[in-house]
Amino acid sequence: MKPAPIGYVRATDLAHALDLLAAGDGDEKVLAGGQSLVASLNLRLIESPNLIDINFIDELAGITESGDMVRVGTLTRHCELMASEIIARHVPILAEAAPLIAHAAIRTRGTIGGSLANADPAAELPACVVALDATIVLASKADGERRIKAADFFLGLFDTTRRDDEILVAIEIAKIKPGERQSIRELVRRSGDYALAGLAIAGPAAAPRLVFFGVGDAPVVASSAMAILESGGSVDDAALALEDDLDPADDINGSAGYKKHISRVLLKRALSDFRQSDAA
Amino acid sequence: MTAPFAQSTEINLKVNGERVRRTVDARRHLIDFLRLDLGLTGSHAGCEQGVCGACTVRVDGVILRGCLTLAVQLDGADVWTIEGVTETGELADLQDEFVARNALQCGFCTPGMLLAAADLLETGETPDRAHIREHISGNYCRCTGYEAIVDAIEATAAKRCGVPVPALKEAAE
Repeated sequence: MKPAPIGYVRATDLAHALDLLAAGDGDEKVLAGGQSLVASLNLRLIESPNLIDINFIDELAGITESGDMVRVGTLTRHCELMASEIIARHVPILAEAAPLIAHAAIRTRGTIGGSLANADPAAELPACVVALDATIVLASKADGERRIKAADFFLGLFDTTRRDDEILVAIEIAKIKPGERQSIRELVRRSGDYALAGLAIAGPAAAPRLVFFGVGDAPVVASSAMAILESGGSVDDAALALEDDLDPADDINGSAGYKKHISRVLLKRALSDFRQSDAA
Repeated sequence: MTAPFAQSTEINLKVNGERVRRTVDARRHLIDFLRLDLGLTGSHAGCEQGVCGACTVRVDGVILRGCLTLAVQLDGADVWTIEGVTETGELADLQDEFVARNALQCGFCTPGMLLAAADLLETGETPDRAHIREHISGNYCRCTGYEAIVDAIEATAAKRCGVPVPALKEAAE
C-alpha cells in the first residue's frame, strides 16, 4: 500500500526540530531511519502525520567516549554500531546485537534512537540498553535535556515515557569494566526475523543483569533469576526462577510455555558460556 | 496541514549519475519515484513493508530499502539503480554468472538481489556460503530456492579474487 497524504519538513538542527514539535498539535512524528515508521505509513497504520526529518542533524549523529562513559547519538545506524571501534571495545553487546537486527539494507538506515523510541517488545536494542543500565537522554524546547534510566523509559507495547514534545537525542552507557560480561542471545526461525525470545546480559560475570525480549510488552528484567545468581545460586536454579519473572502471552509464534522454555535454554547457554570462558 | 510542513517538495538529486530535479509528494516513496516519475522500472515494489527486498537500491554508497525511504528525504542524494549499474558494467560478471547458473526465473527479485550481492562483493573477499546467505537474507526469491543464487555470488567472488571457483558442494552438505 501507499501512505496517505503526509506533511514533511527537513529539520536543520535540533532546536528547529524541537520548535516544530513544541508548536505542533500532536500529529507530528519524528522521522529517523524510518524502517518501522515508513512501513507503518505504507500500511496506513498511521494516518497523515507531519514528519519532522531529523536525519540531517549532525549533532544527533556519532559515537563518542569520555572518561568511563560512551555516548551514542540517536541517529547512529545499526551498521555503525557494527563498525565502531568504540562500541567493539567498550559496549560489545551493541556490536553483537546490531547484526541480529533485520537485514543489511535495513541496518544502513535504522537508528538506535528510532528503535528505542519505537519500543517494539521483540526488538534487541531496548533490551540491551536496559541490561546495560544505560541512560536515555531526551530533549524538549520546554525543559531542555532530561535523563532517564532505560529501565524506567519503557512502559509497554510501543509505549515509552517520551513526551510528544521530546526527541530522544542520545544514549549514555558506562564502559564495560574488567570482570564484566556482555552477551545477547535470541531464537529466530529465519535470519533477521524478530526474536521468538531473546536475552540481553550485561554486568559482573557471576551475577549480571538479565533482560529478556519478545516475551512481554516491554523488556523484562528477570529480577528473581538475578537474585538467585546474586546470592551464589546455580544457573539451573536461576533458570527455574524465570517462572516468577516471565509471563509471555500465547501468540502465532508459540505458546507461553514454549517461550518460557526457550528463555530458560537461552539463559543456561549464555551463562554456561560465561563460566566456561572464565575457566579457560 | 499547517505550514511549515509541505505535502510536496522540490528535490535535486543524482540518479544513475544524471542530475534530476522534480517536485514530489511527501508520501511518495523512492521506488514509486523511480518507477512512476522517472520511468526506471528495474527497481520493484513488492511488499512495501521492508520484508521482501525487491526494492533494494544503492543510495550514497550503501544499499537500502527503496520502499522505506521517502523521495523527499533524498534531496542531494546519489541514487543508483539496476539500470545504472548495468550501464556502467560494474556488475557484468555477477549478472553473467546469474544467467549462466539460472539464478533467476521470474526475475522479480533479481535487481534487488544483484544490488544486495554487489554490496557483499564490494568487500573484495570470498565470503563462505553461510555468509552469502546471511547477506541476502533480506531478499526473497520465490522461484529458485536460492541455491543457484548463492552459487553465482560465490563464483563471482572467487573469480574476482583469482581463486578457484568452488565446486557445487552444497548438495553434499
